[in-house]
Amino acid sequence: MAKLSKEEVKHVAHLARLAITDEEAEKFADQLGKITVFAEQLNELDTTNVEPTSHVLSIVNVMREDVAVKGLDRDVMMLNVKEQENGQVKVPPILED
Amino acid sequence: MTLFERSARELQEGLHNGEYTIADLTNEAFSRIEKLDGDVQAFLALDKEKALQRAEELETIPTGERGPLFGLPIGVKDNIVTEGLETTCASKILKGFIPIYDATVVKKLRDAGMVTIGKLNMDEFAMGSSNENSAYKTTRNPWNLDYVPGGSSGASAASVAAGEVPFSLGSDTGGSIRQPAAYCGVVGMKPTYGRVSRFGLVAYASSLDQVGPITRTVYDNALLLEAIAGVDPNDSTSANVPVPNYVANLNGDIKGLRVAVPKEFLAEGVSEEVRQSIKSALDVLKGLGATVEEVSLPHSKYALAAYYILASSEASSNLSRFDGIRYGFRAEGVKNLMELYKETRAKGFGEEVKLRIMLGTYSLSAGTYDAYYKKAQQVRTLIKEDYDKVFENYDVIVGPTAPTAAFKINQNTHDQLTMYANDILTIPINLAGVPAISIPCGFHEGLPLGLQIIGKHFDEETIYRTAYAYEQATDFHKQTPQIWEGK
Repeated sequence: MAKLSKEEVKHVAHLARLAITDEEAEKFADQLGKITVFAEQLNELDTTNVEPTSHVLSIVNVMREDVAVKGLDRDVMMLNVKEQENGQVKVPPILED
Repeated sequence: MTLFERSARELQEGLHNGEYTIADLTNEAFSRIEKLDGDVQAFLALDKEKALQRAEELETIPTGERGPLFGLPIGVKDNIVTEGLETTCASKILKGFIPIYDATVVKKLRDAGMVTIGKLNMDEFAMGSSNENSAYKTTRNPWNLDYVPGGSSGASAASVAAGEVPFSLGSDTGGSIRQPAAYCGVVGMKPTYGRVSRFGLVAYASSLDQVGPITRTVYDNALLLEAIAGVDPNDSTSANVPVPNYVANLNGDIKGLRVAVPKEFLAEGVSEEVRQSIKSALDVLKGLGATVEEVSLPHSKYALAAYYILASSEASSNLSRFDGIRYGFRAEGVKNLMELYKETRAKGFGEEVKLRIMLGTYSLSAGTYDAYYKKAQQVRTLIKEDYDKVFENYDVIVGPTAPTAAFKINQNTHDQLTMYANDILTIPINLAGVPAISIPCGFHEGLPLGLQIIGKHFDEETIYRTAYAYEQATDFHKQTPQIWEGK
């Protein structure tokens, strides 16, 4: 994989919901380029028919009795919310006019 | 002199004999911190009032109901949530965040009668190997203040090494307990994946993260792991495997123990002094009746690349929750929701965190997913199989914890790949999910070196038995940094 272009970096930053400047895009292009070149050594290994490991334990599904338990109080859950109104989380406009 | 040069057992004796009270021990921690933390810079938040109040409450509990860690002070890494006590993961994005519940491990400390003293600095979101990635301060190595304590649980190791607290909790995703334990000359255990609940540990890479104990001795470490281990209904990846009494078999006897030494762990890149210290350690183990043989873990050299792809991918997903809406920092003066997300995250996260989020997002993107993420997961399988194979014939794998002793502050900050290389000997263990400990095994120019002992899944018992036998046969753990006595 070749070095990332500035445009590609900006696209990734958008996917990651990170505001970046032109300067930062250049820096990230350089840093990510180095790391991805480093990561390409993995291609030395033939992994045909090798199962990917996402998790080392053999636990698959963990079930429990479907019994309702009391959660945290709403007031407590709102304690760290910066902007709120009538017990609800407030955010800036989602749609622009 | 401090009471904290005593072991847990000795501290209990003193409490029992009335030599001091639990409040005295609690105050000792705060006075040590007051004296030393200006230099060490380990604590981000202290909980003095509540800790002293709790010490009084604990005093009323009868001796018969007290366990081996009862009344003893402990520091907690700042990525473990503590109800009512600010938890920031050393990030600006969580500045002012007051958790509304305790992590399971914190509950378990309380059940054991321990007193939480405060929160310990770290690399932001546990991403780093030196504590230089903290948004607040750089913790320093108590053995030499110009050097890093390691990371990311650098302050967890430094606070114990400096005798500010006798115990701490850290977390380990790619070496974050063991590498700082090695750099600071203390004992740090990364348990088997699933051994300890992750509920309330702020996630970095969920398939690799584990909470673990940092102490000055192996015996105390075993006590603390036993206190925090076990299945938890709030963490479906915690394993339903019985927790043994780890200290029951600490008798110094390792006759017939089969020790494997991977040749890759003593290869190029590992410094001569580290190699020598490991050779001496192997002689000690042989002298105690263990058999030592060289083995190969052929995929070791690919672990670093696989790790950075997998850990960053998981991080990019886990850290999406920090959006400025429900907790922590929130950017101001924005026009719409998308801008709020982007500005909050751009201003709230530090450089290294952003880089890993970018790397992870890129690795998981359409078009690169198979080449990076899936490939890394397949390589992870090969690494795990290396370990499975060796453990068919051996009880433990032994090698260095880190390729060198601690490095100077600012020495490695210019280049990510050089910094990442510090973790080359610890990362494969997380990928394989097996447990491993770092214990002191020597010094180089006044800085400690660490011996890493790796075990089979859920066999922390054999690791502790080996580590204890080695520790009893040597005296590296008895040494303390000059700062210990104060200036």
